[in-house]
Amino acid sequence: MKEIFSGTDQYVASGELMAAVNIAVTLEKPLLIKGEPGTGKTMLAQAVAQALRKELIIWNVKSTTKAQDGLYVYDVVQRLYDSQFGSHGVDDIASYIKLGKLGEAFSAEEQVVLLIDEIDKADLEFPNDLLWELDQMEFYIPETRETVRARKRPIVIITSNAEKELPDAFLRRCIFHYIDFPDQEQMERILHVHFDHLEEELLRQAMAAFYWLRELRGIDKKPSTSELVDWLRALTAGGVDPARVRKEIPFAGVLLKKDKDLRTLRGSR
Amino acid sequence: MAAAETMFLSFFYLLRSRGLDVTPDEWMVLLEGLSRGLHQSSLTGFYRLCRAVVVKSEADFDRFDQAFLEFFRDIPWNGELPKELLDWLDRPSENLGRTLEELKRAGFSEEKAEELLRLLEERLKEQTEEHNGGSYWVGTQGRSPFGNSGWHPGGIRIGGQGRHRTAMMVAGERRFRDFRKDNTLDTRQFQTAFRLLRQLSAQADESEEVLDVDGTIRDTCDNGGLLKIRKTHPRKNAVKVLLLMDSGGSMEYYAGLCSRLFQAAQKSNHFKELHTYYFHNCVYSELYTGPALRWKEAVPTDWVLSNFDGNYKVLVVGDAAMSPYELREKRYDWERRTYGPSGLEWLERMKKQYPYLVWLNPEPMPERPDYWGQTHWQLGHMFPMYDLTAEGLERAMKRLKGRK
Repeated sequence: MKEIFSGTDQYVASGELMAAVNIAVTLEKPLLIKGEPGTGKTMLAQAVAQALRKELIIWNVKSTTKAQDGLYVYDVVQRLYDSQFGSHGVDDIASYIKLGKLGEAFSAEEQVVLLIDEIDKADLEFPNDLLWELDQMEFYIPETRETVRARKRPIVIITSNAEKELPDAFLRRCIFHYIDFPDQEQMERILHVHFDHLEEELLRQAMAAFYWLRELRGIDKKPSTSELVDWLRALTAGGVDPARVRKEIPFAGVLLKKDKDLRTLRGSR
Repeated sequence: MAAAETMFLSFFYLLRSRGLDVTPDEWMVLLEGLSRGLHQSSLTGFYRLCRAVVVKSEADFDRFDQAFLEFFRDIPWNGELPKELLDWLDRPSENLGRTLEELKRAGFSEEKAEELLRLLEERLKEQTEEHNGGSYWVGTQGRSPFGNSGWHPGGIRIGGQGRHRTAMMVAGERRFRDFRKDNTLDTRQFQTAFRLLRQLSAQADESEEVLDVDGTIRDTCDNGGLLKIRKTHPRKNAVKVLLLMDSGGSMEYYAGLCSRLFQAAQKSNHFKELHTYYFHNCVYSELYTGPALRWKEAVPTDWVLSNFDGNYKVLVVGDAAMSPYELREKRYDWERRTYGPSGLEWLERMKKQYPYLVWLNPEPMPERPDYWGQTHWQLGHMFPMYDLTAEGLERAMKRLKGRK
């Protein structure tokens, strides 16, 4: 079960997750992925793209992102600027139209995987503004009287951290999957993908400490898979004796990022 | 057992009756998935397909699991789909017609069903053609990249045990019980609910204006390069919140829950203003700035009422459990040596002043008004009262957002 982790080309998915990907791809519906931070929501899209040998286009959504940004941007400022100096091509509006990530995905020659990452970061109305585009896989640019239509319907994967509720109309169009936090068995498989060689005893002790910590009352931000991986790296690099791991929890700062949580940990021992 | 199509339909209705808001459209998507073999001829596969298509929130997973168990409990099976279902799936197009007949008879609008039927037939035709070509994404025999076992190197590895875990076991585990929304909840869920209160409050004070840079540039360009200023209203949250919390006595049980609610409200720093006051059992002539209800923290209720006008959204948190006389009797005011208004009168004054007022109660409404429950009962009918759960808070927030 040992494999070398190079970048993100290895990804352990549960059967349920695989089924959900299958369903979404076959039915040509966007796949909405929710789950605790650090359960590999974003990595899923990379893994899918890699497995299907498709290009991956990532649209990172921020709190200021508007649906329009994903379609196209008309660079009026540049055009105005150019017009002052009488540059060539000012008449050609098309050269001032820059396609966004969604536009890029639609106009690609080959089918691509489009990741709309953290859709819940944006305004509440954001998903609704994309309904038509995601349904019909096309949009219209009034400035150039052009319609951008997907040549090959992209595989759309959307992630959400549940910071905001998504609108019903949007949800109805998606295939939904919730990535559960991995149980110990699955976690072990994930770790083996990340690590070449792990001392069994260290792994056992670290996992026990990790799951104990997650269950600890009063922990605000539970450590996730990525924190466990970092922690194991730190433990290995520091040459920590496995016997000490559970008792002392060395490098606890790698697992817990909040002062309050660290205090809780100290208080519970 | 009923024929397959009625069986399908009754499952649909069971899901709906168990509180899952499944639409005919989603159901058609499910049927399409089945006709494409996405259930992989197993009940586990059917469970996964069904959940992925029909359930849109982890909060509903548990509901779905229970409904699934309820429906398939009595059907003999051995990891395979029941025979009737398989038969049905063998001849999708023909059976689909019959199912749609059923849907129609069951009261879905003629038009809708017709349209769906047409769409589905198209899809099916397409699928039959493509299936012969054998180039589909997903096959059940592992032709495609997404087989149900085995995976080509460098790709996604499937955690192999899934195959042996049957749907009934998965559903029976009820792993998602904790995600149910009608459970009482943690800070984060509270915060998410509070965020709802932002939605419609974006249109702030109409008189304020700021420069709309994008609009100005666009208008200037349209204007042939001559400057044309455009202004816009800033989008600010104008929600002002007054939080009144019952403290002490029977509320001690809920201290943890209330403190989480309080923290969530504090952290939701998108409110324009948030003021918190405490009371014991009922609102009388004094409110308190701290939960310990010390005298030096007392603020006259009159002062609160005159300083916070009707634009404030008021959240009262309390179990509304007290002796009836605590609610109805006039209170003797020791300072003024007279009888002041009763708790009920104070509450009525608040109800009059605040059109946006909800009561959150950590205790569910009693079935019938017994001695301790009668004030709860009475106040529950006087105020819009919600359970202090994620679902309750959400509904309360929606109520606060709405106009009277």
